[in-house]
Amino acid sequence: MEHLELKDPQREQRLFTRRLIVAVVAVFLLMGALVARMVYLQVFNYDHYATLSQNNRVAILPLPPTRGLIYDREGRVLAENIPSFTLEIVPEKVPDLEDTLQRLGRLVRLTEEDLKRFHKRLRRNSAFKAVPLRFRLSEQEVARVEARRYQFPGVQVSSELVRHYPYGALAVHAIGYVGQINEAELAKLDASNYKGTRRIGKTGIERYYEALLHGTVGLRRVETNAQGRIIRTLERIPPIPGRHIYLSLDARVQAAAEAALGERRGSVVALDPRNGEVLAIASRPGYDPNPFVTGIDGKTYRQLASSPDRPLFDRALRGRYPPGSTIKPLIGLAGLEFGIVAPAHRLYCPGWYMLKNDDHRYRDWKKTGHGPTDLNKAIRESCDVYFYDLALNLGIDRISSYLGQFGLGRPTGIDLHGEAGGLLPSRAWKRRVKRQPWYPGETVITGIGQGFNLTTPLQLAVATGVLATYGLRFQPQLARAFRDPTSDHLLYIEPQLTTIVPVVEKSHWDYVIRAMREVVHHRHGTAHNIEQGVSYTIAGKTGTAQVFSIAQDAEYNEEEVAEHLRDHALFVAFAPLENPRVVVAVVVENGGSGGTTAAPIARAILDSVLLGDRP
Amino acid sequence: MNLGLDSYLGQREPARGVFSLRRWHLDWPLLLSLLVLTGSGLLILYSATGESWDMMGRQLTRLAIAYLVMIAVAQIPPQTLLHWAPWVFAAGIVLLAAVPIFGDVGKGARRWLDLGLFRFQPSEMMKIVVPMMVAWYLSAKPMPPRPHHVLVALVLTALPMGLIVIQPDLGTALLIGAAGVFVILLTGISWRYLAGFTVFVAAAAPLAWFYFMHDYQRQRVLTFLNPESDPLGAGYHIIQSKIAIGSGGVWGKGWLNGTQSQLDFLPERSTDFIFSVFAEEFGLVGVIVLFVLYLLVILRGLYIASQAQDCFTRLLAGSLTLTFFVYLFVNVGMVSGLLPVVGIPLPLVSYGGTSMVTLMAGFGILMSIHTHRRLITH
Repeated sequence: MEHLELKDPQREQRLFTRRLIVAVVAVFLLMGALVARMVYLQVFNYDHYATLSQNNRVAILPLPPTRGLIYDREGRVLAENIPSFTLEIVPEKVPDLEDTLQRLGRLVRLTEEDLKRFHKRLRRNSAFKAVPLRFRLSEQEVARVEARRYQFPGVQVSSELVRHYPYGALAVHAIGYVGQINEAELAKLDASNYKGTRRIGKTGIERYYEALLHGTVGLRRVETNAQGRIIRTLERIPPIPGRHIYLSLDARVQAAAEAALGERRGSVVALDPRNGEVLAIASRPGYDPNPFVTGIDGKTYRQLASSPDRPLFDRALRGRYPPGSTIKPLIGLAGLEFGIVAPAHRLYCPGWYMLKNDDHRYRDWKKTGHGPTDLNKAIRESCDVYFYDLALNLGIDRISSYLGQFGLGRPTGIDLHGEAGGLLPSRAWKRRVKRQPWYPGETVITGIGQGFNLTTPLQLAVATGVLATYGLRFQPQLARAFRDPTSDHLLYIEPQLTTIVPVVEKSHWDYVIRAMREVVHHRHGTAHNIEQGVSYTIAGKTGTAQVFSIAQDAEYNEEEVAEHLRDHALFVAFAPLENPRVVVAVVVENGGSGGTTAAPIARAILDSVLLGDRP
Repeated sequence: MNLGLDSYLGQREPARGVFSLRRWHLDWPLLLSLLVLTGSGLLILYSATGESWDMMGRQLTRLAIAYLVMIAVAQIPPQTLLHWAPWVFAAGIVLLAAVPIFGDVGKGARRWLDLGLFRFQPSEMMKIVVPMMVAWYLSAKPMPPRPHHVLVALVLTALPMGLIVIQPDLGTALLIGAAGVFVILLTGISWRYLAGFTVFVAAAAPLAWFYFMHDYQRQRVLTFLNPESDPLGAGYHIIQSKIAIGSGGVWGKGWLNGTQSQLDFLPERSTDFIFSVFAEEFGLVGVIVLFVLYLLVILRGLYIASQAQDCFTRLLAGSLTLTFFVYLFVNVGMVSGLLPVVGIPLPLVSYGGTSMVTLMAGFGILMSIHTHRRLITH
């Protein structure tokens, strides 16, 4: 038991005590090292780790605002938000996934593709987060699932508000549509305000008033655990819903305009000349915007985009047409105002016109000629020769500056993106763009709205409105008022008077307007055909433009080419004459003569505005 | 440290009632420190388990068993331990050898023996048996021991260590190695041997890296060197642990308010990483208080060693106490990013039973050593 070989207890005790002292010193030093480490982490790096810890646990979830609605001037809903239902599965709550999927398949149509995508998403998802299984459930499907909810633990139907256009293709170019935010848009917009927003206005009003319609994002500050499961809400800032927009557009008039255009390619713009309010703005053919909201399939889109009728193209805003004879009242007014012609001035029309030192014959549309013609007759019967001569006497400089005051040749400033400016030729323009001097022959044809002249239907309506109001040019406006959904406060938009065309002699304007009245109400008027049964007086002007078809593709077969080479039919009008409340511009592509094709369309719209629903 | 009881005992025979600590061979400064420490441990465990009374109940049961084991061991006179040492050591080696053959697998390592009634980890008991054995061997030799004696002592330490490393259980092997080496150091071997040994270990490290370490162990070392290299994998533990500790600041986030731990960001928060929970909720101030509690236990243990009357008890008491410190140091060093992650729990605080029982048995031995001294007047 005792191991006694040369042991020296005293020495061993001393040795041990010395080692023990070393051990105590080592313990204190190492403890000091630990304390130093704690001080380093908890004092010197406290801010760093406190921030990391805060970022770890607090997540900010966006609460997307509800998009504002779009109404017409009578309060009809043109763009609304309707719930779209999604079938979702919370994996951790489902006892037997395969069985659940099989039983769900009997209630709801589930394609192979749906299941494949679901399984793919399932693998990437946390067990407590809902995984979408099917999008866009029908109401019947929702009802079938909801009624059997108790049989399906972990299965839920979630709803999301999705934009819907109840009138479909009606005024589609003006209203526009929303669609998935793309990368280019993402780069431009305020990313924090669009957290949680999946769609953005792509065209039309939806795009122009995106900022107002969208609203302001709200947020929910939540505490999450390491897996991202929400433990509790720390703070909630509700979103501010987007503002509702009341358009000046009247869906009833719009429908009448589109119905009157029918299957023809063309455009109609109806404005209130007293304030620039757009009552109708149509471009046909149109398309249904609803598929664009949830993502249009490639085939349908390609069909729309490649159709020779160009349904996606907004003719009212971007279609550039020669104004043709619709420009004649303005040229005539210029002639009077500049003192080039007097009302009594007459000119003999032989059916053609010739410049001095030139043997080119500028033809009148009427081969036999109009005979002796004053300005009234020249407008009423659309005599070309009178205006050839008048234009030449005015000179291009006065023409372009005077017509410019009516808004031709530059965008009108309507509250829509992508408006074309048209083209009002001038000496400076030709030198700049064509690098050529201006030739007198070009002035001649400018007098009848041919040559370089290009206008949009919207510009024609605005210019005619200036005539109707004796010089007041308003900026056309689609939006009339905004309503704040929280306060219900209505904010009206003031009419924007852009230009006042100076009136030299009011009688000149009276004269031209009287001549336009005779276009419809005189038996020799070019649009006399629409006078039948009219209960108000109309001032109008027909136009027929040689084709610069906007969709000239070389691949058309002969019949189609022939059709596309037909003249564009135009008509501008305002009514009632005494107190004009509506001005209309109609362009029918390849429609032939303005009087027979375009004028009846204008009549339908005037009836719709002035007579309401009465036949 | 010695608050008068011993001097009091030296004067006259005390009354030994049923409630007398002396009668039950208990050392009250050590017992008090342990009670405060385990009490604090329960407090933080309540928070770390997400206020689970279920887990608290189990931990309390384990603690009760551990204290009973401590009291039982305290009754065994040191002489008996000396007699048993070689036999228990031999039995331990046999059991360790049996583990790879009959053992149960848990968490990718084979550590457990199923003895029918309960599962048993032979490596755990070796934490006490190895220092006992080495102390038994060296205490019979003259001090300081000769080189060949040291070599034998090293072999006695390395044999169980090797068996545990192959389980694999690096943490336990490390603690056992430390226990054996502490005995050798306390015998007063020349520092030259120590220097030589250090050089040997440094040379052996690359060998261990390439031939003996598992991939997961290598990964842990690599992760330790650069935790950000794998922020969501192995480095996640240590990054989240440092965030927990650092964000605790001076005063802590308050009991039950540690966001890192309460919201599951901190892995293994009731076991190996419980110190991070403590540091997050009680801050630097709490950590220093905790360190003081540990220091009280350690200093009392070293005092007991210094007062021990023979070579065997002196070496054993010293080694057990210093090993306890290694536990603390390695755990805190690991959760604060000073040392690589080796699975060593925070002694007496981490959730789990086996190491708790072993540790308390060790304290039972310390108490036995201190209370079985013969009353010799110097």
